[in-house]
Amino acid sequence: MPDGALPVLDVRGLKTVFRTRGGEVHAVNSVSFMLRPGELLGVVGESGSGKSVTMMSLIGLLPSPPAEVRAGQVMLGDRDLLKIGPRALQDVRGAKVGFVFQDPMTSLNPVFTVGSQIMEPLMRHMGMNRAEARKRATELLALVGIPDAQKRLKAYPHQFSGGMRQRVMIAIALACDPDVLIADEPTTALDVTIQAQIIELVKDLRQKLGMAIIWITHDLGVIAGIADRVMVMYGGQVVEQAPVAELFADPRHPYTRALLKTIPSLTGERGARLQVIEGQPPIMTAEPVACPFRARCAHAFARCEAENPQRRAVDDRPVGLGHDVACHWSPEGV
Amino acid sequence: MLTFTLRRLLLAIPILLVISLVIFLLVDLAPGSPMAEIPLTVPPDVRQKMIEALGADQPVFVRYLLWLKQFFWIEPMTLYDGWFGTSIVEGQQRILSWQSRSPVFTIIGQRLPQTLIVVGTAYLVGIMIALPIGIYSAYRQYSFFDQVGTLFAMIGFSVPTFFSGTLLIIIFAVWLGWFPTKYDTMLEVTDWQSFLQQVKQMALPVMTLGLANAATISRYMRSSMLDNMTMDYVRTARAKGMDEKVVVLRHVLRNSLIPVVTVIALGIPSIFGGAIITENLFGVNGIGAALIGAIHANDLPMVQTLAFIFAVLIVLFNLIADILYGLLDPRIRYD
Ligand SMILES: Nc1ncnc2c1ncn2[C@@H]1O[C@H](COP(=O)(O)OP(=O)(O)O)[C@@H](O)[C@H]1O
Ligand code: SF4
Ligand SMILES: [Mg+2]
Repeated sequence: MPDGALPVLDVRGLKTVFRTRGGEVHAVNSVSFMLRPGELLGVVGESGSGKSVTMMSLIGLLPSPPAEVRAGQVMLGDRDLLKIGPRALQDVRGAKVGFVFQDPMTSLNPVFTVGSQIMEPLMRHMGMNRAEARKRATELLALVGIPDAQKRLKAYPHQFSGGMRQRVMIAIALACDPDVLIADEPTTALDVTIQAQIIELVKDLRQKLGMAIIWITHDLGVIAGIADRVMVMYGGQVVEQAPVAELFADPRHPYTRALLKTIPSLTGERGARLQVIEGQPPIMTAEPVACPFRARCAHAFARCEAENPQRRAVDDRPVGLGHDVACHWSPEGV
Repeated sequence: MLTFTLRRLLLAIPILLVISLVIFLLVDLAPGSPMAEIPLTVPPDVRQKMIEALGADQPVFVRYLLWLKQFFWIEPMTLYDGWFGTSIVEGQQRILSWQSRSPVFTIIGQRLPQTLIVVGTAYLVGIMIALPIGIYSAYRQYSFFDQVGTLFAMIGFSVPTFFSGTLLIIIFAVWLGWFPTKYDTMLEVTDWQSFLQQVKQMALPVMTLGLANAATISRYMRSSMLDNMTMDYVRTARAKGMDEKVVVLRHVLRNSLIPVVTVIALGIPSIFGGAIITENLFGVNGIGAALIGAIHANDLPMVQTLAFIFAVLIVLFNLIADILYGLLDPRIRYD
């Protein structure tokens, strides 16, 4: 990916808060990242680290109340999605940004045919009539590898397997040829073999269509095979961000290092136990003033308690463009 | 679906036979005599003759078998003869009311239209009020509108119709004088004038029953909408950029209607049963009133027949509800 190209998506200082009865939950805290054309950005982190909330905040998918996007900028091309208003945002969703969710079993409407659910965004955004939309839907089904597409258009979601339904979800997300595809743990709910097929499909589609992709997962093993760049999230913050090879070769954040140790290695001797990170990810009830990882961190020291670390560059490239980390500690010694 | 329907219809036969026997025996075992309303001055031997003339002295199983034959053969064929001018069952004994000596089905034929018009309209009005209220209440959960809707439903649930009906009579008939207090069964709609009069006299009973119906159905609609509103497929529809109207009125509503339609279908037999209290309150001479009159007079054939018709309707509409469920929800396949 050319380093100099203008980003398709540029997110700065995103803050999302949930107002709940028990007080506020700061689910996303000053998250910044960018996505270049055709790039695949992997987003990793344990369950509850704020990955989904971040991505849903971008396109106004969170129910409000309780969610409130409190600050930030989400530039898609030259427009700030947080400023354009609900109508214009609707025109962006499904057209410029496609979304694939985690659970294909529940993400499709059970009472409508698969065909009509693919046709909907086509008619909504592309101004197609039914006949045109049906023709395009057939092509899309074929594109995502569903055989006998013409006939399957009339089937209902429950007549498809989980893997097939996720293919349908991908067809819907790609229907209007979006600039950005956001896949939120698209394979987590699937069997391992089906997982591999879906990953292959996305790789293949990326070659053909060239959209930029944000791929959320809590599985670093998946990321290694497909991502250009990786963003590690913890406690609603970006804790480390780097090109994929650099992240695996030289992880800087204690959390990233721990995550890497949890990947089962294919060549590793049997019986070698995976290392797990002790403890739970925090629920942020206030804006963090200390490092959110400190309770579980093996390297924590006094400063971690007093100051929430800012992202700093590890190499000579600016934060967000090269390798950066949000930690007071460094492997070479403080 | 067809085999399912046929199978269920066949299964309904033994069920209905058992129900008919139970109804027959229960009603028969109830204390009371068909002569209860005949003046005591009538001599006992005359009374005995009258009882024999009614066939009321026969053993219960003889009367049951006769009734079965009358209900399933003679009455349908009488209808057939009437339509096609044939005379298959001419002269055969029909089910007779002990009270009025006229055929039970003739009486039902006279009374049912009153009930269907008033109670049926109330059911329709109830549905038409309930669905939009339920939908909007769910869409704006805990809003002012929703709170008012909840209050309205609670009132509709908990206030009995003899109270709300009386209240409506006092307000709209006595104070405001907009509508008559009594329903005139003899009124025939022939022109615009009499039509208006019919609408006016229906207004209060329809309002009374409609409020009660709307209360129940709007709650069903609301909770069914709420169940679906948080589903993943709704988020998918939003992620596709669909209009909020399309999301709610197409995606959510279509799913939410499935259980509501079933509940509505299951409630239809109660229309035929009439609304006993409301009919009495407003003087609607319908099925409900006929049933009460028959019970008072120990008119066993009338009570047995009405109760059994009611049972048939319940079984039938249960089947219809199941079929509707299958039609509305593609995940359900009966075959
Ligand atoms: N509806 C909600 N109400 C309150 N808090 C929420 C809600 N949804 C998410 N959160 C908070 O946001 C945090 C991040 O959630 P999420 O983005 O779903 O994590 P993940 O990284 O697993 O996708 C959670 O830990 C939770 O505390
Ligand atoms: S800032 Fe401190 S507590 Fe946080 S990850 Fe780094 S060393 Fe650990
Ligand atoms: Mg998630």
